[in-house]
Amino acid sequence: MKILTCPMNGDRNIDEFQSFGPVRAGLDPDRTADAEWARHLFRAENRKGVVIEWWRHVPSNYYFLAERDLVSNEIIRTFDSSDPQGRT
Amino acid sequence: MPLRLLKYGLSRTYPISEDIPATPDLLPSYDVVIVGGGGHGLACAHHLSKYHGIRSVAVIEKGYLAGGNTARNTTTIRSNYITLEGIAFYKEAVELFETLSQELDFNVMFSQRGQLTLAHSEATLRSFHLRAEMGKHMGTRTEVVDQKTVQDLCPQLNLDHGGPLEIVGGLWHADGGTARHDAVAWGYAAQASRRGVEIHQRTEVTGFEVVGDRIQVVNTNRGRIACGQVLIATGGMNYDVALMAGVELPIRCYPLQAMVTQPLKPWLDTLVSSVSLHTYLVQSSRGEVVIGGGSDPYQLYSTRSTLDMKEHLAEGAVHLFPFLQGVRLLRQWAGITDMTPDYSPIMGASPVRNLWLDCGWGTWGFKATPVAGKRLAQTIAEGRVPDILKPFALERFETFRLLNEMGATAASH
Ligand SMILES: Cc1cc2nc3c(=O)[nH]c(=O)nc-3n(C[C@H](O)[C@H](O)[C@H](O)COP(=O)(O)OP(=O)(O)OC[C@H]3O[C@@H](n4cnc5c(N)ncnc54)[C@H](O)[C@@H]3O)c2cc1C
Repeated sequence: MKILTCPMNGDRNIDEFQSFGPVRAGLDPDRTADAEWARHLFRAENRKGVVIEWWRHVPSNYYFLAERDLVSNEIIRTFDSSDPQGRT
Repeated sequence: MPLRLLKYGLSRTYPISEDIPATPDLLPSYDVVIVGGGGHGLACAHHLSKYHGIRSVAVIEKGYLAGGNTARNTTTIRSNYITLEGIAFYKEAVELFETLSQELDFNVMFSQRGQLTLAHSEATLRSFHLRAEMGKHMGTRTEVVDQKTVQDLCPQLNLDHGGPLEIVGGLWHADGGTARHDAVAWGYAAQASRRGVEIHQRTEVTGFEVVGDRIQVVNTNRGRIACGQVLIATGGMNYDVALMAGVELPIRCYPLQAMVTQPLKPWLDTLVSSVSLHTYLVQSSRGEVVIGGGSDPYQLYSTRSTLDMKEHLAEGAVHLFPFLQGVRLLRQWAGITDMTPDYSPIMGASPVRNLWLDCGWGTWGFKATPVAGKRLAQTIAEGRVPDILKPFALERFETFRLLNEMGATAASH
């Protein structure tokens, strides 16, 4: 059983969570060309390394961020999206 | 030793046949370099050498022959997809399997036993009507069947009358079947190497030298190779290998797991799959019940298996066939799958002129081994993408012409 530490609910079984994939930068709808939209929508981060992803604790509907290694599956840290330490 | 036996050993009439020669030294250049020695790469090599007279071909495989997803898949072969383009393509896939043992002079054990997909709700049944009508229109054998027919087709099923997972009907696909995955790869490899294709095992592609809009050199851990054309068919590693040539594919990697039980006497004839339970079963010719389901819930580059998935698959299997509860599991495994946003593959041209793609096969590419090999060989030989492959072009993600097959793929591959 893999444990994920939720910033709000503490250590929980990972099957209580839903992954929403790597964080991507938002686009300005007034200035974005079709090609950039296509890239934004379809080319998610897939590198063999560490990514920051959105996760949700399903029972409490709480969204937060986790830094995870896509090869070893190590969860390096989790943090609330408002955490100024978070966004690096 | 009886001398009579020795006589056969030395006879010219019965020479020792060598199916796949040992890895030779690399030549300085080849007309075509195929990266990835799984079923897809080998099928393409076969078609290039047999039908297009292109024999200066090297298949470069980093591990052993067909040890990637070809070795790990659950061998569902079917064409009951949703889009017209998808059905047309997978219909040809099934047809090529029907004659594949003859084509390869090798028994691939194709067994066209039909696939039954179960509906536990009216909503699912409605989506099956769409698939059945599309399938009929395209000339495949796909129909919606009622509860009674489900029971006739698979009498061992627990219909759960009145329960929360009552089986209200199904999608019956008489064209569906299975084949022996290893045999498919070995058959293609044997044919291709007989015609002069070189198969380089334990040879890893580490980079491409791109000059202008062409790849000039393929770098490997055993040396550099100059090349005419290059095909990428590296399964779960497609994203990484394409990136070496500067091509960023819309792919994310997820593990897909499966498992088998101990061998049982033959009892399950059809392939059975449940959309709601995310579980499907097929009995192999050895008697093992192969059980698979949906992908892992989050991205990962790993072939580890999990207890969670094993429990989930066991729960689905035992619900459908309660008498399986005492049966032992033999093995559990996973493969890294290269998932596209629309659950359709990416085939054809790339932004690099002499680089061709056979990628995005995710959880559904085994059935396409013969057709992808045939059609990509044609593409490489003629330098032009045939109509049947055009809808699967990489550009579809720029033009927003996606081929959404998620509903026909997520629960049974
Ligand atoms: C558990 C599971 C169940 C599945 N079930 C089904 C199913 O029922 N039906 C279906 O149709 N599909 C199924 N699939 C999908 C199917 O297995 C694949 O889509 C298909 O086998 C892909 O074949 P391939 O030849 O393209 O790739 P692979 O067989 O993965 O071959 C790619 C090869 O490329 C090699 N390679 C990678 N990187 C390099 C490099 N840098 N240099 C040289 N070589 C390299 C790898 O070692 C590998 O041997 C399943 C997959 C899994 C994991």
